[in-house]
Amino acid sequence: MTKSIRVLIWIGIALLGAIALGTIALRRGEQINAMWLVVAAFCTYALGYRFYSKFISAKVLALDARRATPAERLDDGRDFVPTNKWVVFGHHFAAIAGPGPLVGPVLAAQFGYLPGTLWILVGAVFGGCVQDFVILLFSVRRDGKSLTEMARDEIGRVGGFVAYAAVISIIVILLAVASLIVVNALKASPWGVFTIAMTIPIALLMGFYLRHLRPGKVLEVSFLGFVLVMLAIWGGQWVSRNPMIASWFTLTAPALAIIIILYGFAASALPVWLLLAPRDYLSTFVKLGTIALLALGIVALHPTLQMPPLTRFVDGSGPIFAGKIFPFAFITIACGAISGFHSLISSGTTPKLIRRELETRMVGYGAMMCESMVAILATIAACVLSPGTYFAINSPAGVVGQSPDAAASTITGWGFPVSAAGMHSLAQAVGEQTLFNRTGGAPAFAVGMAHIFSSSLGGQAVMAIWYHFAIMFEALFILTVLDAGTRVGRFMVQDALSHLWKPLGRTGWYPSILATSALIVAAWGTFLWQGVKDPLGGINSLWPLFGISNQLLAAVALCVATTIIVKMGKARYSFVTLIPLAWLVAVTFTASWEKMFDSNPRIGFLAHARKLASSPSSHETSRLIFNDRLDAVVTGVLVCMVALVLLESGFLWARVISGRLQARTKESPFVLTQFAVEEQG
Amino acid sequence: MTQLRQMVGTIVEALREIFDESAYSRFLAHHGTSSSPSAYAAFLREQEQIKARRPKCC
Repeated sequence: MTKSIRVLIWIGIALLGAIALGTIALRRGEQINAMWLVVAAFCTYALGYRFYSKFISAKVLALDARRATPAERLDDGRDFVPTNKWVVFGHHFAAIAGPGPLVGPVLAAQFGYLPGTLWILVGAVFGGCVQDFVILLFSVRRDGKSLTEMARDEIGRVGGFVAYAAVISIIVILLAVASLIVVNALKASPWGVFTIAMTIPIALLMGFYLRHLRPGKVLEVSFLGFVLVMLAIWGGQWVSRNPMIASWFTLTAPALAIIIILYGFAASALPVWLLLAPRDYLSTFVKLGTIALLALGIVALHPTLQMPPLTRFVDGSGPIFAGKIFPFAFITIACGAISGFHSLISSGTTPKLIRRELETRMVGYGAMMCESMVAILATIAACVLSPGTYFAINSPAGVVGQSPDAAASTITGWGFPVSAAGMHSLAQAVGEQTLFNRTGGAPAFAVGMAHIFSSSLGGQAVMAIWYHFAIMFEALFILTVLDAGTRVGRFMVQDALSHLWKPLGRTGWYPSILATSALIVAAWGTFLWQGVKDPLGGINSLWPLFGISNQLLAAVALCVATTIIVKMGKARYSFVTLIPLAWLVAVTFTASWEKMFDSNPRIGFLAHARKLASSPSSHETSRLIFNDRLDAVVTGVLVCMVALVLLESGFLWARVISGRLQARTKESPFVLTQFAVEEQG
Repeated sequence: MTQLRQMVGTIVEALREIFDESAYSRFLAHHGTSSSPSAYAAFLREQEQIKARRPKCC
């Protein structure tokens, strides 16, 4: 292809992207087709990958095809293995794509489809993709070191400690939020509870099959597990229609919370082969298949978005979570735009598999682009619902009223018509008793997904099956994060405690396993219990807390990246990480301030505590007041820790740029790659 | 046809890598042993130390 044709193609993509973005941003008072979002996303990612990531590769990072990666130099056939780039891409994507990009955009749709869509596109291209890419490359150049090790080596001891503390905090808050989403999706839902409960014996069967019948045949057994899960979904319908059996599986939120806490403890303490690994395989199988199916469904159906571009809730009075677009839209959507958690994976297993330095661009930048696309699909799934239905599902009873009629009346009063009878019909169509007050994002996403699937395949008759497939998909997804996260947290606590007493660090010593599992489960269980008991729906306060901690971790990762770029003598290019860092600091620090000190009790933790303190005292209110104060303290501590890293880094940058400090990065020495030698030979 | 075969091959390889089948093959090759319940149990023990520490994103 000649250069002029290539230039024309890129001009065409740029024009198409501009038209799509213009349509999304400027149309007012008329509905638009969801395909505009898909086209805008495709063009934005294509341009970002072709030009911006190329610029970063060439000018900022100077990727070197001749330099051997740790996978080649340290190849041990276990951790360090030179692997095909597409295989690493799949591996990396499977690790970074969790439920976050599905739930965050659904919640943020309360502002309309426009703010979330723009943030997902801009945040990913200039923030999230850049973070994942540069951290991956810097880890590759440091023998696959983790983010916390790089922070300690390149910034200093404070940086290392804060990164460690931020990781522990984010894991705890993430697990609480994830489990709360599952509770909200499954409460009073016998069909959902039955299907999810069935995944446990299915996972145990898979574990036994893998270990004793067909050792190592994971794809085979995952397919078998997938078929059994489909049967469990089908069986759930029968359970929900049988009054006696349905009553066994109809659980309240506190009961579900206790079961999930016990499950988390069991998953952390049991041998990994028995439950954790088979569930992981099963969930990966379902995850990859469902995302592909959702993308195909949207393209095939190309539905119209019912949600307006901007709703009245941009003023901060939103029922799902209170607060204005800035900073809360940028806190609510984390994983689809930028997620600090990804930096742990970019500096975890992935750098140990990369075969050539040049491949970090496709794996780091490219995989995050795909995750961002998943967030766009989630936005579409939420916005194809009528706004009245969307708000009826997602608004907590504390805001819209306890009874269906009261909730319908409140929401209709906002200008989004919905009726109790219509919601009842919808609930019946999806096999639920009610869809009012199903906060957390998962049920709304499931209804949107069922709407898209049933319109493409099977019609209204199978809407209930698709809805429960979506619920099962999300819950399975989240429970996998929950059990793996609890285990990772347990190892981190064991590592830390081993400095106090060596035996506590032994991962095979049961007293230590039980004690540290209990510690980590108690940490996230406290927040979960708080979320379940919170009359405003829990997700109100916990999701922003999760967003803040995740984005603060991203700030630490971008701080490490900026420090390395400055120490490489490329301060003039440090804007690639400095601009997203500055934006995240502005967003997270503002959000933290508002969450702690805003006078609106729906936003500020302390204002909420004061409001509760002025009401009649009871054991319940005392606990809620304690929870609010705990949330405020956790937020404050996280912000102070990140401020310390910023200060330490800032002083370091100033000393390096002014020439007062001879910068020296801790890169591994250059070794010529054997692959290049083979190519030349 | 060759390109299609290559593409399918890469997808299968990616799935095998994601689902740890390749890791198990490498383990068997590394230890010069064939697949058996005891070899798979040893592989899982080794994996527990590595894999259970991998964070998964939200």
